Amino acid sequence: MYAFTYHRPATARQAASLLAKKEDAKLLAGGHTLLPTMKQRLASPGALVDLSSCADLKGIARKGRNLVIGAMTTHAEVASSPEVQEAIPALAYLAGHIGDPHVRHRGTIGGSVANNDPAADYPAALLALGATVVTNKRKLPAAEFFSGLYETALDEGEIVVRISFPVASKAGYAKFRNPASRYALVGVFVAKRGGEIAVAVTGAGEGGVFRWPEAEAALKARFAPKSLDGLKHTAKGINGDIHADAEYRAHLIGVMAKQAVAQATGKA
Amino acid sequence: MANLSMTVNGKAVTANVDPRTLLVQFLRENLRLTGTHVGCDTSQCGACVVHLDGKAVKACTTLALSCEGASVTTIEGLANGGTLHPMQEAFREHHGLQCGFCTPGMIMSAVDIVNRRGNSLDEKTIREDLEGNICRCTGYHNIVKAIAAGAEAMAGGSVRDREAPRQAAE
Amino acid sequence: MSATGIGAPVRRKEDHRFITGQGRYTDDINRPGQAHAYFLRSPHAHATLKKIDTKAAAAMPGVLGIFTGDDLAADKVGGLICGWMIHNKDGSPMRAGPHPALAQGKVRYVGDHIAVVVAETLAQARDAAEAIIVDYGVLPAVTDTASAAKAKTQVHAEAPDNTVFNWHLGDKSATDAAFKAAKHVTKLDIVNNRLVPNPMEPRAAVGDYDQGEGAFTLYTTSQNPHVARLVLSAFIGIAPENKLRVIAPDVGGGFGSKIFIYAEETVCVWAAKKVGRPVKWTSDRTEAFLSDAHGRDHVTHAELAMDADGKMLAMRVHTTANLGAYLSTFSSSVPTYLYAPLLSGQYDIPAIYCEVDAVYTNTAPVDAYRGAGRPEATFVVERLVEVAARELGKDPAKFRTQNFVRKFPHQTPVIMMYDTGNYGASLKKAMEIIDYKGFPKRRRDSARNGKLRGIGFSAYIEACGIAPSAAVGSLGAGVGLWESAEVRVNPIGTVEVLTGSHSHGQGHETTFAQLVSDRLGVPLENVSIVHGDTDKVQMGMGTYGSRSGAVGMSAIFKAIDKVIAKGKKVAAYVLEADEADIDFKDGNFTVKGTDRKLDFGSCALQAYVAHKFNGQDLEPGLKEGAFYDPTNFTFPAGVHICELEIDPDTGVTRIERWAAVDDFGNVINPMIVEGQVHGGIAQGVGQALLEGARYNADGQLVTASFMDYCMPRADDLPSFEVGMTVTPCPSNPLGIKGCGEAGAIASPPAVINAITDALGHEDIAMPATPQAVWRAAQKTLSRMAAE
Repeated sequence: MYAFTYHRPATARQAASLLAKKEDAKLLAGGHTLLPTMKQRLASPGALVDLSSCADLKGIARKGRNLVIGAMTTHAEVASSPEVQEAIPALAYLAGHIGDPHVRHRGTIGGSVANNDPAADYPAALLALGATVVTNKRKLPAAEFFSGLYETALDEGEIVVRISFPVASKAGYAKFRNPASRYALVGVFVAKRGGEIAVAVTGAGEGGVFRWPEAEAALKARFAPKSLDGLKHTAKGINGDIHADAEYRAHLIGVMAKQAVAQATGKA
Repeated sequence: MANLSMTVNGKAVTANVDPRTLLVQFLRENLRLTGTHVGCDTSQCGACVVHLDGKAVKACTTLALSCEGASVTTIEGLANGGTLHPMQEAFREHHGLQCGFCTPGMIMSAVDIVNRRGNSLDEKTIREDLEGNICRCTGYHNIVKAIAAGAEAMAGGSVRDREAPRQAAE
Repeated sequence: MSATGIGAPVRRKEDHRFITGQGRYTDDINRPGQAHAYFLRSPHAHATLKKIDTKAAAAMPGVLGIFTGDDLAADKVGGLICGWMIHNKDGSPMRAGPHPALAQGKVRYVGDHIAVVVAETLAQARDAAEAIIVDYGVLPAVTDTASAAKAKTQVHAEAPDNTVFNWHLGDKSATDAAFKAAKHVTKLDIVNNRLVPNPMEPRAAVGDYDQGEGAFTLYTTSQNPHVARLVLSAFIGIAPENKLRVIAPDVGGGFGSKIFIYAEETVCVWAAKKVGRPVKWTSDRTEAFLSDAHGRDHVTHAELAMDADGKMLAMRVHTTANLGAYLSTFSSSVPTYLYAPLLSGQYDIPAIYCEVDAVYTNTAPVDAYRGAGRPEATFVVERLVEVAARELGKDPAKFRTQNFVRKFPHQTPVIMMYDTGNYGASLKKAMEIIDYKGFPKRRRDSARNGKLRGIGFSAYIEACGIAPSAAVGSLGAGVGLWESAEVRVNPIGTVEVLTGSHSHGQGHETTFAQLVSDRLGVPLENVSIVHGDTDKVQMGMGTYGSRSGAVGMSAIFKAIDKVIAKGKKVAAYVLEADEADIDFKDGNFTVKGTDRKLDFGSCALQAYVAHKFNGQDLEPGLKEGAFYDPTNFTFPAGVHICELEIDPDTGVTRIERWAAVDDFGNVINPMIVEGQVHGGIAQGVGQALLEGARYNADGQLVTASFMDYCMPRADDLPSFEVGMTVTPCPSNPLGIKGCGEAGAIASPPAVINAITDALGHEDIAMPATPQAVWRAAQKTLSRMAAE
């Protein structure tokens, strides 16, 4: 690592002010992307603003028809939360399958969302559930928030404060893990809210998380795994690497989508 | 440099550290607790796993300064004086280690699995929950056996009893 | 059998320190005044070094010294060596290029060492390394094994066509004649994928120099500290042996990769004198991927000839072996004498001919990795045999049985004289464990769930207990492969055993103590095993090639014999009897036909106080050393059967069951032996399903971290069902054959034979990743649909 100064504010407001004041400052959430990158000297922030003491960024609450999760809530907390398990069990399942147990004890929903790693799990959930990302400055629908590989609509100095998930009537998540890194090679989150169906895919898109309209249309007729029989995602726009080429990944989108629907409908 | 204080294995420690210092470096280099190991640079092998406020974390991916005021338990702090922790004893009894390098992280992870999932663990659960720990020697066969046995031996809450007061004191 | 003697599953003595975090690995060692080394490595696979400008870097904070290849040359530090001479078919010696510890004029792989920076802290050393300006003349890279000899790029001027040697073994004309007469020939093209050993402890070194004594100490992660001292002294010229101490403390796994004498360790110990401070280097995992010696990397065409009844007549093999950019310490022996002599497998094959072309490429050096040559040979044999059985429409178990060697000793056409074995017994037992008879039903059940189930055999043999010195000497080895031991009995009867073997997970501190306890009748806790320090242990060749039991313990056995013989002399004086009348049993010296006895501890005391005998007639003391040189290789053999299920929808392969039945000869500690089998299988399954080191055309290692190189994890593997059969080894006093490598040798073909059985075709290569299996399964499904 290159040298940096370290700051641990107690509130999101203090964090924002530090972020504005310090040269090349970066926010530190769980640190499971940023610290390895810094260790490899691929990132060299002049200052780190550690959000771990910001109590106002933590917590899980059911607010009417929404489930609201603070940005600094860890994956383990989301996975084991009775509120999440009751409101959107698929979200708890997703959180419980990010990384490994140690990573889940440190990694946070805000960090994951703000980083927008194309192989991260959460972006698929946010997009499919129609979540809203609440920052210290504004509210952004997920569809506008995720703007490309590792890119989001966040402005300089903007901090993710919490995520608000409308509660879905049915939801499911299935992922095929990269055998080595265990990140999502393909992850598919399906959600049904009233008549609205959303199918969001992570891990596979050249531009990051995306929706699969053909699957949504098919599921609108009948929300069941069988509805996806014979439906294939195109390999166009799908990324390829040494673990999985575009054709295989495209195929897995179909398989994972079915598994996700099966989970959502209690048939997994 | 920045001041740092935390509790490690029940003892209060203070130091003045470079902000770059990772928890694992602080443990190994400042405190000379060399039981916590470093086996990779990408947060995957789990040789560095310690308990931070009672939860297993990777000490190679945690800044020491982030642990200000926290309670850390390392492999050196697991035994109760001369009495081995049941999980340590289970690893020995079931030959759950060979070269010993991944072992401290394995044992700390194993205790964490029991803390999260209870004392009756099936093979599938153990294997899945070891996702963050790589062993190159044992083929995991005996590690899985050791954890199942260690979990049972821990029934009665001996470990929770030992760790709980430290957490309560924070 | 006593509770702690030979054959007992004694819990390990060494475990207490490991489970309490008190192990002492090289990176745990810090010397007073220690500085830190960082190596500047080549980002290019192949480039000339036009200029290295260290001026700005040298002025950076904390920098104590920056050294390049020129500095080593100026100090007359020699290059790294390859210790095994291979001769070409025409009798000429192999063509090896130089291997400087720090590059001279050219870099030949990504990770090659350009300079070392020694500084007060590691961060400072790394900062300074980034400030070194290197002017590279980038050259095209050659990375592909099969086409390296035809590449325009030449890695070493000394090796035209990038060819280190064209070697062969066996009788070509007899083999060709047998093929002409054959009724059926099975042909197979095989790639044995390149692997990265990845012991969990990365390599590390602390070099220390005592100015007063003019002596060096090197703490390092070595499987063979005495060999390291020999090479660093006699060949590299760091210091004479009496001025160089090498200490290999607790070592966190080796699997072959810590046998070799590498650049970093060499440079650290040399630099300690240059900067006048201890110098420490610890590899990070990325450096380990780039610069630890890799394993395997063969491209092979193999053929098996049979008569009308399916009796094997001959085998013909051509292999191209990638040795990487430089010849590592034992690299040349791996695809030659550790490979071709095993091509007979467990079978009676009258004629075998094998050609091996070894090539240089712009990749990390390739050397021994668990099994070393023998897994490659076993993969060739067991894939060929399986495919032959399928082509002939024979049951794979029956076809193997038909061709097994049954009479011992058996001379193969490729050097080896198999001493003993019962291959049919292992096969039978393995088939019982896996319930071979019930397989067709299990396969139908899987099919009903849309899954493809397969079963695969691997009947392996290996030659280990490495090795008779005269034999390996005649084949080109630069060293003898005996082992040494010293048994020191203390005045109160406790025993220290100093061994040249090195334990880095094998449990020697327990098994060696069991031998001593068993033979001398002393309690296990009174026996200590000392290893890994050239100042303490008289001599040694180290641990690899499954040799510590068969060779290392045999040396201890011999030394114990001498201790007992000396003890009898002491007892004869003390008990006032004739030496010929003294017996030793269960820890007591007794006088035949009387009840007079002297226990071992009292005998030791008498040996040291020397009151009861004249020190001129009998030397005081009870301490004996021995060297043991084996008379033959040992031949562990067995059968592994893998049963697995493929999900054709995703390509995911799940190993459902694994039966392993091995004949390791006599077993000292079955618990430890089974553990060795488990670990070996895991590494072999890793090779078959998960692991593969891949370089792109530019010579960049694209699998340089655990993010991309897939290590076997707990949920990738099943529990294993392990059984044993025993035919004691006749060539060593303990009847031990060795068990360290067997699992890694046996398992890859078992997995691939099971996958191809499930698929119904042979079109799959290692590693059989989900993507590869999915693609192969589509072929199966469309064929099934057509039928």
